Amino acid sequence: MDWVLSHLDEIWTLTVAHVGLVAPAILLGFVVSVPLGYFASRSRVAGSVLLTLGNILYTIPGIALVVLVPVAAGLAILNPANVVIALLIYAVAIMIRSASDAFASVSADVRQSASAQGFSPVQRFWRVELPLAGPVLLAGIRVVSVSTVSLATVGALVGIPNLGNLFTDAFQRQFPLEAVVGLVTVLLLAALFDVVLSAIGRVLMPWNRGSSVRGRDRARLEALPVENATQVL
Amino acid sequence: MLFLDAFRWIFDPEHWSTVNFGPGILDELGAHLWLTLIAVVVTAAIALPIGLYIGHTGRGRRYAILLANVVRAFPTLGLLSLLLSTAVFSSQDAGVVANVLVFVLLGVPPLLAGAYAGLESVDRRTIDAARAMGHTEWQILRRVELPLAAPLILGGLRSAVLQIIASVTIVSFFGTNSLGDFILSGLASTDYVQVVAGSILVTALALLVDGVLAVVQRTARPRGVSRGRDRTTTARGRSASSVSRAPMPEGN
Repeated sequence: MDWVLSHLDEIWTLTVAHVGLVAPAILLGFVVSVPLGYFASRSRVAGSVLLTLGNILYTIPGIALVVLVPVAAGLAILNPANVVIALLIYAVAIMIRSASDAFASVSADVRQSASAQGFSPVQRFWRVELPLAGPVLLAGIRVVSVSTVSLATVGALVGIPNLGNLFTDAFQRQFPLEAVVGLVTVLLLAALFDVVLSAIGRVLMPWNRGSSVRGRDRARLEALPVENATQVL
Repeated sequence: MLFLDAFRWIFDPEHWSTVNFGPGILDELGAHLWLTLIAVVVTAAIALPIGLYIGHTGRGRRYAILLANVVRAFPTLGLLSLLLSTAVFSSQDAGVVANVLVFVLLGVPPLLAGAYAGLESVDRRTIDAARAMGHTEWQILRRVELPLAAPLILGGLRSAVLQIIASVTIVSFFGTNSLGDFILSGLASTDYVQVVAGSILVTALALLVDGVLAVVQRTARPRGVSRGRDRTTTARGRSASSVSRAPMPEGN
């Protein structure tokens, strides 16, 4: 406990650095995935191309991606942006499928009714399809956020400071308490992100509260990301 | 050009036997695959029976999902450093146990999900028909559910293997041999050609193994079973579209 109290400054600095890597990756991941997921859900060809591409990118191991990004993009190898870009790539790779499922879950009848009522395709997207896809999109981004917070720790191995430094340091000094502190902080941060995301979801989708998503549907929503595919058979 | 140099590095025959007087590509590859294999075998021994039980009986699915969500939040690097910084796991052999433990934790959720989602995707009417013909529960599982669920179960296995093979890269930081050695020792000596070469090797290995497992998965569909079978009926009361595919890997 003494160690924790005397190192609060360091833990705080690393936490801030961690958020600096993770938050942009999650945010950009969402912004990039929604349109891609929309196209993937509307066209068979685009769907299989995008989902396959996502799977291939997802297959690349974390450290390798963090190292290959700067080489491919021409950045310095110790630039924190590498970790952000690598995390963004993973986020998109996971999120494309959720987003595609989300838009596919909007029933064709609803889409046609909207068109029949005179919505232009753009209006239909913003006012009908996006709100209806909202709950599944939210479930997807929550999964992305949790795994991104945890994945970012790998950046410590290539010298980009974040909460992972507590892990590398704990091993080098054979000091388990530091690893415990790191784990707890990462879990708390993941929980915080999750709370913030669901709060945003509740504000943006007030209709999604309470009884509208009932027992079985809710269970199915929660299971979706877990049972989601690496590929279509 | 770093990429070209990296490929030249990989195709230099000398590097296959030794790199900087240490283990070469072949040794590291062997160590990487060996650790992966042990972890995958233990994962399968744990996750398959439980997953098949959940899928066959429909009981306990909630806990499997909970486990997957909890595991996803834990960073592999953190778990490894926690175990390996304690005195219990300080010896070489105990270190391997710690590695396997962490990778099994990583591999169990996707394989579990693949196993139960696979069984759930089997048409209820097919199972009822088998039961009506006098099959015992065990026979139903072995002769009906397993063959029909094989592609999805293998999909789960594929995710678990990928998850593990990618994460094994980081054991290099803890002094265990794996392909990650080239990346980390290259970073330490600012030999970026070696870093990129190591990254290419690890990526190529992951893609290759994934490709092989994808082919195996494709051939596992029993002959005469159509692609769209699980779209027609909802299995065990759940929407077919959510169970018709293999589970997704989470984080590495």
